[in-house]
Amino acid sequence: MSNIYLVGAAATPVGEHYARSLADLASEAVRAAFAPLSALPLDRVGGLYVANALAENLASQGQLGAYLATSVGLHGVPALRVEAAGASGGVAVQQAAQAIAAGQCEIAVVLGVEKLTDRLEGEVEAALALQSDGEAQAIHGLTLTAQWALLMRRYMHVYGYPAEAFAPFPVNAHTNAAKNPQALYRFGINADKYRKAGQIASPLNMLDCSSLADGAACLVLVNEALARELPGPHLRIAATAVATDTPNIAARPDPLDLSACRTSAQVALERAHLSLSDVHVFEVSDPHGITAALALEALGCYPRGEAPRHAADGAITPTGHTPIATAGGYKARGDIGGASGIYQMVELARQLRGEAGPTQVANARIALAQSLGGLAATAATCVLIADS
Amino acid sequence: MEVARHWRQRGTRYRLEGQRNTRTGAIRFPAQPPALGEEPSEWESIRLSGRGTLYSFSVIRQAPDGFEGLVPYPVALVQLEEGPLVTAQLTDCAEADLSIGIAVEMVTRHLLDTGEDNVLVYGYKFRPCLM
Repeated sequence: MSNIYLVGAAATPVGEHYARSLADLASEAVRAAFAPLSALPLDRVGGLYVANALAENLASQGQLGAYLATSVGLHGVPALRVEAAGASGGVAVQQAAQAIAAGQCEIAVVLGVEKLTDRLEGEVEAALALQSDGEAQAIHGLTLTAQWALLMRRYMHVYGYPAEAFAPFPVNAHTNAAKNPQALYRFGINADKYRKAGQIASPLNMLDCSSLADGAACLVLVNEALARELPGPHLRIAATAVATDTPNIAARPDPLDLSACRTSAQVALERAHLSLSDVHVFEVSDPHGITAALALEALGCYPRGEAPRHAADGAITPTGHTPIATAGGYKARGDIGGASGIYQMVELARQLRGEAGPTQVANARIALAQSLGGLAATAATCVLIADS
Repeated sequence: MEVARHWRQRGTRYRLEGQRNTRTGAIRFPAQPPALGEEPSEWESIRLSGRGTLYSFSVIRQAPDGFEGLVPYPVALVQLEEGPLVTAQLTDCAEADLSIGIAVEMVTRHLLDTGEDNVLVYGYKFRPCLM
């Protein structure tokens, strides 16, 4: 397979952008991603891949490929929308990378965009619930958050943790977000505040639940010939892999085992000829501490039942063994629905270029992003390498 | 309105109908179409007992549209005595009554009111066993 490079990566701040539309946000992200790439011939953009999970339900717009291609000025370019719930971003990256690898195009644009704050909380929860199984869960009033809560309580029961054992995940996320000007929540929290926070879906409390917000993030992927014409460092997409599982958590043999998460990471690392210990910095789906813990365990970073213990020892901080959420994660950077996977890639590009400032992971050269759809019914992994 | 959608689910929602594998005896819920490579006769319909134990639970305070009137309401993963897990609301109980492992049983309850001129949706919920 020919090499694929990530040469542009930028995002809008995550927030409640009441004054701005889906198209406004998309345009800003695309312009920012292309800003340093004036040498790139725009007429060679051969595909636009829009990552979006919720536009029909929450942003009153369909056919996002054509709609946003026009909005951002990529007139006539082949364009489509990729929908895999929260994994839309990761799956879109794979689609774009495959198009370049197949020789279909020289430049592919991946645009993650979501406009969620025009609607009230009840509408957002109803739309999100459809990302699990409509008949098994949504008709019974189970939200996605409640389903993660069910897994959290079971995990606490099986491995003997209190709820506050999950505090290190949002604490790390907020600590890092406080240093990220684009984050939704730029303030720190601590374990004491976590203990006192009000319940959303017990045992998940307000400080252990991500907030959905608006934003757009854009990646520019090119083939090797074009990448060589641009100044380094060159970020190579070493592998992508997608795996799926049933969206109905009750139909899984072991609900605490996120099998798609595990398979997608294993396949991606095999394709990149790397092992997990080679990875310097991670982005995982972390709307709740339990999600991050189960993801880290499924990836193979920690044995089952041990992720919270390692998180408490600082393993997930920028100076730890498995840094996550260096830009604030879903919890504090903000959860941008189907665009979150693209925000992950924007952060990893910053890390590999050494531009991450106060949350820089020292000497980061190999990074892994994984976005999950629903309760990890889709898992999309991308391995990114800074070529020396 | 989705009248036909709700009607199609009557076996699942009112009778807790799952399936038993005629070859291995494995039981699953809800029913699924035959998988690639399976004979359509491989799974037969079976009515589950509705008895089980609490595998996990949560109390929802931030609800989707249509459920806001119930807040706060408990939901659960129930392990049925035949083996499968099922997600459902709990009813006729307080949060303090709940702990993992307690015995629960299925009851038929009103699930959702889809609004004026629409259908009243009924289906299974679970409650702690009365005895």
